[in-house]
Amino acid sequence: MAVDTKLPYDKSYIEQFSSERNEPAWMKELRINALEQAESLELPKPDKTKIGNWNFTRFKHVATGETISSLTDLPAEIQDFFDVENLPENIVIQRNHSVAFAQLNEELKNKGVIFTDIFTALKEHEELVKRYYMKDAVSVDEHKLTALHAALMNGGVFVYVPKNVQIEEPLQAVFWQEDPEVALVNHVLVVAEENSELTYVENYISNNKEEATVANIVTEVIAQDNAKISFGAVDNFAAGTTTYVNRRGVGYRHATIDWALGQMNDGNTVSENVTHLIGDGSVSNANAVTVGRGKQIQNFTAKIAQWGKNSDAQILQRGVMKESATTIFNAIGKIEHGATGANNEQTSRVLMLSEKARGDANPILLIEEDDVTAGHAASVGRVDPMQLYYLMSRGITQEEAERLVIHGFLDPVVAQLPIAAVKKQLKQVIERKVN
Amino acid sequence: MAGSTLEIKNLHVEIEGKEILKGVDLTIKGGEFHAIMGPNGTGKSTLASAIMGHPKYEITEGSVLLNGEDVLEMEVDERARAGLFLAMQYPSEISGVTTSDFLRSAINARREEGDEIPLMKFIKDLDKDLDYLEIDQSMATRYLNEGFSGGEKKRNEILQLMQIKPDIAILDEIDSGLDIDALKVVSKGINKMRGENFGCLIITHYQRLLNYITPDFVHVMMQGRVVKSGGPELAHRLEAEGYDWIKEELGIEDETVGQNA
Ligand SMILES: Nc1ncnc2c1ncn2[C@@H]1O[C@H](COP(=O)(O)OP(=O)(O)OP(=O)(O)O)[C@@H](O)[C@H]1O
Ligand SMILES: [Mg+2]
Repeated sequence: MAVDTKLPYDKSYIEQFSSERNEPAWMKELRINALEQAESLELPKPDKTKIGNWNFTRFKHVATGETISSLTDLPAEIQDFFDVENLPENIVIQRNHSVAFAQLNEELKNKGVIFTDIFTALKEHEELVKRYYMKDAVSVDEHKLTALHAALMNGGVFVYVPKNVQIEEPLQAVFWQEDPEVALVNHVLVVAEENSELTYVENYISNNKEEATVANIVTEVIAQDNAKISFGAVDNFAAGTTTYVNRRGVGYRHATIDWALGQMNDGNTVSENVTHLIGDGSVSNANAVTVGRGKQIQNFTAKIAQWGKNSDAQILQRGVMKESATTIFNAIGKIEHGATGANNEQTSRVLMLSEKARGDANPILLIEEDDVTAGHAASVGRVDPMQLYYLMSRGITQEEAERLVIHGFLDPVVAQLPIAAVKKQLKQVIERKVN
Repeated sequence: MAGSTLEIKNLHVEIEGKEILKGVDLTIKGGEFHAIMGPNGTGKSTLASAIMGHPKYEITEGSVLLNGEDVLEMEVDERARAGLFLAMQYPSEISGVTTSDFLRSAINARREEGDEIPLMKFIKDLDKDLDYLEIDQSMATRYLNEGFSGGEKKRNEILQLMQIKPDIAILDEIDSGLDIDALKVVSKGINKMRGENFGCLIITHYQRLLNYITPDFVHVMMQGRVVKSGGPELAHRLEAEGYDWIKEELGIEDETVGQNA
């Protein structure tokens, strides 16, 4: 199949898009340079998945969305993201490419915490955004999709927590693609300064079963010395969306970055979750679950690269495959020369529910230092008939027994999600996908 | 009629083409406690598994009736809901499913949709049984049998028995791996079930369990059959003298299932 690599939007379109939003000159320039690079750069090459003929380039680029006056004024599927009895204090709801609702606790504001959409951040906190935007974590020129992302970024949020500020209440972002055709080129930038602490959770949702579109998401998470970031996500793009999602963390001395990702898209998906543990004593726990169904093809890479001495990395991936879904799990632990005392553990498990489903778990350890500990486990298996027999011997129907085993299989990761309401919502999505 | 009746008639069972049970006859009624003893490899667990519907066992002849209904026609979960329970010799570990969630599913499986057990009542009942069996509250939120010690698994089986309240229970080596205190506690749980609506088949190797739970009937299995039945005194004699005298009496040289008398 001939691949149409021509990009749908040109320089003048991008100039105008940027001008309309009064973006700083550097941002406009970054976009235009990125566009040029996107023309010539190749698509990424995820291990064992051919994405050459996936549509990443043809889409409608912008749509606005109406604002809402209160959180109780939302459709049920969006209300599922929070506890209506106990509404979140810190939330941004992006509807298509507009901010439909945003609020941040006053006390946090006074402490200098920033939690706002990316366009507002570019206006009000230009220097901070400029300091981090596609600099230390993700580069524009990694491949065609990062360049395309930089050129056409049309949404996202900026989270900034100043030095010594510890936030207990989570920050929550909901990215609601109401328009079934519009692409989401979303940029999430999270910066935790020295000795700060935060929990951030994001939800992506769309409903385009028939209409084809694209999500191209780049997330950069920076944890300075002693900072602690707990990052949760539930991705739930409908079957029509082809997704590239790149979530990358950088941790400095004694920093912690924990990921809990519920990757529940129904369309084809390439997901990279990479963390660089630069600082001594830095820690990352990367947890991810997925359920594949229909004919969807997904490729997940979880990678933690360690430079810091005594750094600790844990990767835990769980996937359930049904129908004709195909999923590749790559878990990569990389310990660089000099990272003495580093530890890297990874476990990837895939549960197959159908003969036609395909699942592959590839554990990879790349170690360039002697004084380290590392281990990996990977398995692809089916539901154990002895477990079903045991559960059924207590009167539980086969269907319910399978449901319990599947939820149980995913639970070690689901349990990591930091917000109870989001955990519950992820369980509902899993329920819908497995039944 | 008070209590249920489980009738096993001329039961023949094969596993992977090999005949293990060669005509077992046994009837258990509500209110009765039966013990089955017998050397290793004589078919005791096979009998228990075949009654419950373990997928690997094939029934080639005979019948199992619960209150006159054909158990062998039922799926495993239907057998359980009809009133049967098997405490397994080697319970499965179910990762990610807490003991409490599992128990609630098991209890609700016996109730109509819309008539699920109220959460508060469930928690209260569960706490009571946990206390009774001297099980730490934390077990309720631990994943079912995952990382449980041998003794904890056995206690958990009895917890399930008390929560589910079956009509007829089969307990396969519920005493194996238990320390003295645990043995007492587990026995206490089983004895609490006693009553005219509860019948029990206890598979064990040791009299020490039967010191706490006095059986009404004792049966000995050899070569895939019940070869001798009696009262509690039979278990005492086995404890004192072993099985040789029975083998002699019946002219059995090798008691395992591969052999025929
Ligand atoms: N999958 C199998 N294939 C072949 N033989 C089997 C299989 N499973 C069980 N058996 C055999 O069936 C016989 C009866 O086993 P069973 O577990 O019923 O014995 P048991 O009386 O419960 O012994 P124990 O006291 O040791 O628990 C044994 O000889 C055993 O080896
Ligand atoms: Mg046995």
